[in-house]
Amino acid sequence: MNQMAEPLVFRFDVDGDNFTSAGQASVQVKKNLRQLGIDPETIRRVSIAMYEGEINMVIHAKGGQADVIVSDGCIEIILADKGPGIANIEQAMQEGFSTAPDNIRSLGFGAGMGLPNMKRYTDEMQIDSVVGEGTTITMKVKY
Amino acid sequence: MTVNELAAMPGFKTVSLPDGDREINNIYIGDLLSWVMGRAKADGAWITIMSNINIVAVASLADVACIILAEGVTLDSTVAQTAEMKGVNVLTSDLPAYETAMLLKI
Ligand SMILES: Nc1ncnc2c1ncn2[C@@H]1O[C@H](COP(=O)(O)OP(=O)(O)O)[C@@H](O)[C@H]1O
Ligand SMILES: [Mg+2]
Repeated sequence: MNQMAEPLVFRFDVDGDNFTSAGQASVQVKKNLRQLGIDPETIRRVSIAMYEGEINMVIHAKGGQADVIVSDGCIEIILADKGPGIANIEQAMQEGFSTAPDNIRSLGFGAGMGLPNMKRYTDEMQIDSVVGEGTTITMKVKY
Repeated sequence: MTVNELAAMPGFKTVSLPDGDREINNIYIGDLLSWVMGRAKADGAWITIMSNINIVAVASLADVACIILAEGVTLDSTVAQTAEMKGVNVLTSDLPAYETAMLLKI
């Protein structure tokens, strides 16, 4: 893609009530990255990592805000919510750990693979969480 | 083989085929969405019995070539329309997932 003078910033509100439209921000980001001419594998990594984070905000935190910052060589995804926070981050990061309720599981979510997938598909991932205040997850995908 | 070629085979029915020229290069079978996103490769056929609206976003974001609903599972018309709009190919098969996978020539 062309050299970018200024980083591009995309901002989305993630609706915490609507499970059928969950993932809209990620789908829009995929479109935007395509238009920018980013390579398909990078788009795939960003899309999956962001979707998992977006779904988590819907399931676990009643929504939040997503920012995607595209600069030369790096795409940064910042997901911020004012949900319950994560008490034990190490445990939450384990494959298979989930507090998702049964109705969410019956939709195919809640396998406890979301945070591990986010780590797997990104080059850097940081979780800042305070119980009772909320969670901010920052991920970077280099390309 | 392409998704168009698969759709033309006996045993497969088309639900939506907006991007039928896509080549199918691998197969992933699974119903848990995070497993699909973590393990399925791009350009594959994803065989599942999960049929809620979220499979469309998962297929699109994980960049699979098509969804195949096995075991005779059907898709609501609103979900089918969303798939068409989002450029996601969806086929159905009456066979179980494994037998369905065995019919694919990849
Ligand atoms: N944004 C969040 N706010 C509060 N808790 C979260 C958030 N994201 C993840 N969690 C916690 O971490 C656990 C593991 O998350 P994840 O790996 O995505 O699995 P799943 O979403 O399938 O439960 C969740 O079950 C939940 O307890
Ligand atoms: Mg999750």
